[in-house]
Amino acid sequence: MVHFTAEEKAAVVSLWAKVNVELVGGEVLGRLLVVYPWTQRFFDNFGNLSSESAIMGNPKVKAHGKKVLTSFGNAVKHMDDLKDTFAELSELHCDKMHVDPENFKLLGNMILIVLATHFSKEFTPQVQAAWQKLTTAVANALAHRYH
Amino acid sequence: MVLSAAERAAVRALWTKLGSNVGVYATEALERTFLAFPTTKTYFPHFDLTPGSAQVKAHGQKVADALTRAVAHLDDLPTALWALSDLHVRQLRVDPVNFKLLGHCLLVTLARHYPGDFSPAMHASLEKFLSHVILALAISYG
Repeated sequence: MVHFTAEEKAAVVSLWAKVNVELVGGEVLGRLLVVYPWTQRFFDNFGNLSSESAIMGNPKVKAHGKKVLTSFGNAVKHMDDLKDTFAELSELHCDKMHVDPENFKLLGNMILIVLATHFSKEFTPQVQAAWQKLTTAVANALAHRYH
Repeated sequence: MVLSAAERAAVRALWTKLGSNVGVYATEALERTFLAFPTTKTYFPHFDLTPGSAQVKAHGQKVADALTRAVAHLDDLPTALWALSDLHVRQLRVDPVNFKLLGHCLLVTLARHYPGDFSPAMHASLEKFLSHVILALAISYG
């Protein structure tokens, strides 16, 4: 089980309070699909993903990004209990969606980069380290039930 | 995975914009790497790694110079970075996984300082550029 210090929790929670989940979620998923185009393999039914502007403007990308980041919000609320919190989602990603857990790391890094662009002042090295720990822990929790 | 003409132009343009601050950003990227990925500190037991350390600053400038050299040699990174690759393999013996960690922290640093320039397309170009640099650095690992 990952242990977060009080400072790390505070860093995560205080920044999360400022996040526009709908906006940031769409951007995070959009960037994943632009920067690592092979991740588009999971979204064949999303319509036009043929260019940066098509991807970033795609309503399905935005909607799904919001869904993913809302789920991430759950992680912020349960930092001490991530494996159980994501148990069901882990099984889903393995059995139904067949997603290589490597992708969770890529998405985690996209979250960090988007946070850096939106919160230049707040995203100090210490804050980044706390968020890095969280995204890694969430990625591991999501991979935990794979078989 | 080749950098297109547009991607090269984007990377070169950003590097010109960074100007003499490349060292500052590389230093910040190093500080972020040590904090976010503590295992990377194992390669610097002889360094003072406290924030503002002169040793980290000097090292940041070395990294910056190497990256600037890479930007100037986008057509032939393996040759341009051969000596550095050899250094990292034979003398420093750094596990190549760490190059990616520093690369990621450099992207975070640039995203933070240049949010307006850091469009998804620019982000993708930089990611590709750094992947190529990392490949070239890892080339003499066999």
